[in-house]
Amino acid sequence: MNMKVTIAGVEWKNPVTVASGTFGSGAEFAEFADLNKLGAVTTKGVANVPWPGNPTPRVAEVYGGMMNAIGLQNPGIDLFCERDIPFLRQYDTKIIVNVCGKSTEDYCEVAERLAGEDVDMLEINISCPNVKEGGIAFGQNPRAAEDITRAVKRYAKQPVIMKLSPNVTDIAEMAKAVEAGGADAVSLINTLTGMKIDIHRRTFALANQTGGVSGPAIHPIAVRMVYQAALAVKVPIIGMGGIASAEDAIEMMLAGASAVSVGTANFHNPAVTMEIVSGIEEYLRQNRIEDVRELIGAVRP
Amino acid sequence: MAERKKETAVVISQEQLADGIFSMWIKTQASGTARPGQFMSVYTNDAGKLLPRPISICEIDSKKEALRLVYRVTGKGTGTEQFAGLGAGDPVPVIGPLGNGFPTEKAEGKKVFLIGGGIGVPPILELAKGLACKKKQIVVGYRDAHTFLKEEFERNGELYISTEDGSVGTKGNVLDAIREHSLDADIIYACGPTPMLRAIKEYAEENNIVCYISLEERMACGIGACLGCVCQTKERDSHSNVHNRRICKDGPVFLATEVEI
Repeated sequence: MNMKVTIAGVEWKNPVTVASGTFGSGAEFAEFADLNKLGAVTTKGVANVPWPGNPTPRVAEVYGGMMNAIGLQNPGIDLFCERDIPFLRQYDTKIIVNVCGKSTEDYCEVAERLAGEDVDMLEINISCPNVKEGGIAFGQNPRAAEDITRAVKRYAKQPVIMKLSPNVTDIAEMAKAVEAGGADAVSLINTLTGMKIDIHRRTFALANQTGGVSGPAIHPIAVRMVYQAALAVKVPIIGMGGIASAEDAIEMMLAGASAVSVGTANFHNPAVTMEIVSGIEEYLRQNRIEDVRELIGAVRP
Repeated sequence: MAERKKETAVVISQEQLADGIFSMWIKTQASGTARPGQFMSVYTNDAGKLLPRPISICEIDSKKEALRLVYRVTGKGTGTEQFAGLGAGDPVPVIGPLGNGFPTEKAEGKKVFLIGGGIGVPPILELAKGLACKKKQIVVGYRDAHTFLKEEFERNGELYISTEDGSVGTKGNVLDAIREHSLDADIIYACGPTPMLRAIKEYAEENNIVCYISLEERMACGIGACLGCVCQTKERDSHSNVHNRRICKDGPVFLATEVEI
């Protein structure tokens, strides 16, 4: 039975990674999960300089999920390269570095810096709904998304995954735009913008007022968008959004994802990724499927 | 490789202590290594409420492999309301112990204030039980006459109580009780609502007293990965590389002079 998948020329031992921002750089989760058993670890977004993030409260629970407005707090690329890359390199897994920025130059600076580092792929976050500058500003306009993809590709040595926002009218158009800009893969969905109001304090639950909704509640939206993107582009898709079980992961692959990211579910069970990997294997065995790649995009009209 | 895991603890007993305040003993492996000031991530049995509730450890009984969690039910339909409905024998998923706990060794030979307010009162009990010091002064603040854990505190030190409505002890807050009784100390350990901790931090700075405070914030992962529950720090933190520390992982107990609250 084959569990290997190849994403933009990079071979993963299985199609399971983690969603950026839910797993740090793996150090905290290494106590609970065997990072060697992951296809890849996707790091928390890193910028050219340290970012302090948003005021607290930064997180809130909603039924079937949660909201966050962390604001991309990160230690900056220097400390990241010095500490987090060597940590992850101890493990037999691929390293995907999520990159955030406030301007095209910021993104390019980080991509250029990472060109000389021992990492496997870059994921460019143009879809964070929780920071004013950058991020989403590039992720809601096809022209801007295409331009920034092209710019980053000029500096990147590793394959570039563009991470798309679901807060758009036409996800297929966004996927096509980054593909035209030279993206090697796309990942989706980032969180959906939401709001929660605390009726006892009669104010916003999050200091940022709005936040990104994630978790099982958004899973059907993610499946629909991955399906639409898969019909629109040829590059591989990393599907995410509310994946909490092997069944959810398989569903996402059938919709068209070549691999999946597990995010919020890590907070419910820090070992959930281990269960998802073994659950996919079990499904293949039970259904006498020889190769996990047979699942990719297998459901079509 | 993966040496820690989410564990299914079992409820030993459940009891209501006051209006909205519950005490639950659970059997858990966490009792083996837990220290005062640490907390447990407690999960509901409802998959729709997927985040853990961080609940401070009130008592540790390692012989019985048990922990006591005293918590407030925060409203209708909440996870804590579900916890209050659990009875002996019911499973309760937990991760813990988490966080750093109080640095108890600093109290040796010292005159100590152990200060708790509101739902910050429970972790002060285990701290009071085990603390070796010269003089143990427990100062706890409540809203009203529902002075939960009072008898346990009386057995473990000199007890001073403040209530907001004046029904028991000093009318006002914990600092009012300290002033009314002209108490003094060399070191403070405190847990409670942020306005109380802010006042204690100021009091400690004015009186040149070493002060450790246990902070509270909305958490998601509970293990230091998501950066949901940070507090602001005076100096740049070596881990975050910004003026932020993680309450769940680097705390919840901080030297008061290190944090901006």
